[in-house]
Amino acid sequence: MTESNAHIVILGAGHAGGTAAALLRQYGHAGPITMVGEEPLPPYQRPPLSKAWLKGEADAESLALKPVEFYTEAGVDFRPNLRADRLDRAARTLSLSDGSTLSYDILIIATGARPIALPLPGADLEGVLFLRSAADAEALKAAIRPGVKLAVIGGGYIGLEAAASGRALGAEVVVIERETRLLARVACEELSSFFQAYHEKRGVTFVLGASAAGFTGEGGRLNGVTLTDGRTLACDAALLGVGAAPNDEIARAAGLPCDRGIVVDLEARTADPAIFAIGDVALRPLPLYDRMHRLESVPNALEQAKQAACSITGRPPPAPEVPWFWSDQYDLKLQIAGLPFDADRRIVRGDPTQAKFAIFHLKGEQLQAVEAVNAPPEFMAGRQFIQNRKPISPEKLADPAISMKEVGA
Amino acid sequence: MAKITYIQHNGAEHVIDVKSGLSVMEGAVKNNVPGIDADCGGACACATCHVYVDEAWKERVGSPSAMEESMLDFAENVESNSRLSCQIKVTDELDGLIIRMPENQH
Repeated sequence: MTESNAHIVILGAGHAGGTAAALLRQYGHAGPITMVGEEPLPPYQRPPLSKAWLKGEADAESLALKPVEFYTEAGVDFRPNLRADRLDRAARTLSLSDGSTLSYDILIIATGARPIALPLPGADLEGVLFLRSAADAEALKAAIRPGVKLAVIGGGYIGLEAAASGRALGAEVVVIERETRLLARVACEELSSFFQAYHEKRGVTFVLGASAAGFTGEGGRLNGVTLTDGRTLACDAALLGVGAAPNDEIARAAGLPCDRGIVVDLEARTADPAIFAIGDVALRPLPLYDRMHRLESVPNALEQAKQAACSITGRPPPAPEVPWFWSDQYDLKLQIAGLPFDADRRIVRGDPTQAKFAIFHLKGEQLQAVEAVNAPPEFMAGRQFIQNRKPISPEKLADPAISMKEVGA
Repeated sequence: MAKITYIQHNGAEHVIDVKSGLSVMEGAVKNNVPGIDADCGGACACATCHVYVDEAWKERVGSPSAMEESMLDFAENVESNSRLSCQIKVTDELDGLIIRMPENQH
């Protein structure tokens, strides 16, 4: 069998899986494609779930990556509401949750990540919520009304975006964060302080350096969250946003090398040449930073879907991209390019009090990452500097009177 | 509804009926028209949905916001008729619109 009529099975129908299916057809793969998804919906965009969608500014149709007819028209057999319980690499089969067996020639694992569930007393009370799927978002949306008390456990992006949306919908919001600052894992101190002040000005309360110890309720319904410092805060809904773990168990059980994610190469191929892994579930090389890393982002899902689709259809591999991320909160547009690995210097350009600034992370004269708030030129130019590995003058960078084009000239 | 002609850099044409209210980007992406990546899904955060608006349509399509302009400023091969297609809302008045795509989005 040639690869052009190979049966490709995509396990996971999220942003990565859906994009891989579309690209395989775009790149001319003629063989059958089956896409197995655990959720009832065809692939949709998750980022709006904590933003526009939560605020009622986007509908289900606009969330969908492609209209559902697309999959039929493109000859992609989309099979919703199904999980794979076992992968048999020798037989090249998946055992599915409906008891059936699915054979593949090439398998793309795109099972994503799941919110980490804290094993706390009361975590099963009605009103304790997560935010990953459209169904989760639906439940959260239904719980947020004017005057409702919302406790957000975890001061990361999901938590802060939900807090901003919660305020926009009139809820009282408290964010509880274990670390002594927000976004501790993913952003620098200057950015943490900026976001905290911005949220506080808009009515969000923060409890830092404290964890949730459990939830209290009455008649099976949540009415409070207990903290490790002994306090109990009254709440009607609690959102757990304390990070995500890769859904790599099926690969691990099949003996594929995993290390907090399925290990893949720059073609998104695992140690088994017939199996690829893409998106949140994959631990991938970052050539610009010379290390392996697992990224939870849409651009990463798209990049790896492209890598796998190119490899499978015999196209030259796409050029490595600079990882990037974005977040919308209130009227703030945060754009981050790169990762601050090994950075030895931070430069703030612009004025945080004006909510228009960027923080550059340099390793010597090499830009490693930029965090830009309402500052698209800094983000766009920064992304190019990281890509080109061009030495940058820190003095010029620090001077907002010198345009980003001149900084790069 | 508006009939939009998307022309890829290699000349391939795709004529698509796009519902009013969607963006020009969504019209392409949801119909698997190659050439518009739209990594951020329409948040005006990435400049990977860069297109050229046919000169005859420039005025009717309107001009970019300050945020869009500063994103475009750093995209590749920008021309005076460059726009980010996620920021162009489709209306009945855009029936017949012609959009051309750059060689690549990254």
